[in-house]
Amino acid sequence: MGKLIVENKTIVVPGETLAEGMDYLPGNGTYRIGEKILAEKLGLVNVDGRALKLIPLAGRYSPKINDTIIAKVIDVTLNGWRLETNSAYTAMLPVKDATAQYIARGANLTAFFDIGDHVVAKITNVTSQKLVDVSTKGPGLRKLAGGRIIGVNPYKVPRIIGKQGSMVSMIKDATNCKITVGQNGFIWIDGEPKEILRAVNAVRMIDENSHMKGLTDKVKEFLQVGGEAK
Amino acid sequence: MSYTKRKDNRGFDDFRKVEAKAGVIKNADGSAYFKIGNTIAYAAVYGPRELYPRFLQNPTKGILRCNYNMMPFSGMGERVRPGPSRRSKEISMVTQKALIPVLDLSEYPNAVVDVFIELTETDAGSRCAGICAASMALADAGLKMRDLVTAVSVGKVDDKVVVDLDYAEEAYEDGHVADIPIAYIPSTGEFSLLQMDGIISTDEFIEALTLAKKAMPRLYEIQKKALKEKYLLFHGNEEKGEKNE
Repeated sequence: MGKLIVENKTIVVPGETLAEGMDYLPGNGTYRIGEKILAEKLGLVNVDGRALKLIPLAGRYSPKINDTIIAKVIDVTLNGWRLETNSAYTAMLPVKDATAQYIARGANLTAFFDIGDHVVAKITNVTSQKLVDVSTKGPGLRKLAGGRIIGVNPYKVPRIIGKQGSMVSMIKDATNCKITVGQNGFIWIDGEPKEILRAVNAVRMIDENSHMKGLTDKVKEFLQVGGEAK
Repeated sequence: MSYTKRKDNRGFDDFRKVEAKAGVIKNADGSAYFKIGNTIAYAAVYGPRELYPRFLQNPTKGILRCNYNMMPFSGMGERVRPGPSRRSKEISMVTQKALIPVLDLSEYPNAVVDVFIELTETDAGSRCAGICAASMALADAGLKMRDLVTAVSVGKVDDKVVVDLDYAEEAYEDGHVADIPIAYIPSTGEFSLLQMDGIISTDEFIEALTLAKKAMPRLYEIQKKALKEKYLLFHGNEEKGEKNE
């Protein structure tokens, strides 16, 4: 009979034994050695019936297909742009995936996206060697103008977005800011300077306290009292 | 003459007082602090990130680069000349080799994980302190790893086999001294670093290894606790609040 060693939702470190016996199955972030299941990363244990899974708490972003990210143009090449993605790899934005507009052969590509510009892009392909292709053709994908960009821990992005975007729309409504959240941990915020600051503080607060329960109410309260930094 | 009592009154199989902390360097992707006696190591992990020059890239998996550095006034004797030395290069290499068996970088082809180990204060056992700090920092950086690596030195002073030699013991003059830094992977019981300086008999050597194996689990617990403490604050709040996920 298998035995669970740690409780559901506890924090574990690499190498920690999660369960013994063959009744439990190792899922993401765990591995089996002999009869034991051990943690492979720093994270929260999630016990789902017989399956054990680890929710990572830290780490850099790693590009995944269909993610919407905020990226910075770092180079202009013959057939497109090279983008910095806040991960270990840069992404390629080919001319044909950049805009619906016709771009003539040999046109000056910096007229569309120049070095230093930020864009909202969608990852269309990631190869085994982590060559990343992105597209800026599609709803919501565009070049970003104005506003400011902040970086957060990419593993906390789901918390910032909230269920069906509840958290981010709450901040949008309270501050009247335009906000775009990239899966890679970059967040673009634009609005009145004072309001931007409130939104930034709210996002930072979520980033720092993402493990708290009842976070939505805390953020709501935070925004009501003015959203001044602590 | 024989060595009957250690300077700080600890037992022959005891290590010095240990303090550990994770997440001490804000700008790093992962970081840790490890203090054993008067030896203090800080480790900062950056990456996985792009690796240049390109000829260092490995298209099958990411590489680990370690950098061990003793700060100029960290030692007890002469000022340490800043910059890489023959000694620090060797220690950087053995640190890398001690850590790589637990790390899985296959998800990061052509990339690098950089580990910088800085020693602000040293009193022997610095490479072991560095390895302990580095393995915690790697875990803090959220990297995929089989286990943490625990390291401590064992050895012989005069006629006694001891754990965790300090500088005075290493410099003991009335008899033979051996210093054996060891890195250990607790989940499998493997050694990933084993070096030696000095003279020791085979029997004593085996005894020293046994002592090391006994001391390692206690160090391992300290490392684990420190990593968890970084998040414990949040976790405490979690239990009180309602479910919200």
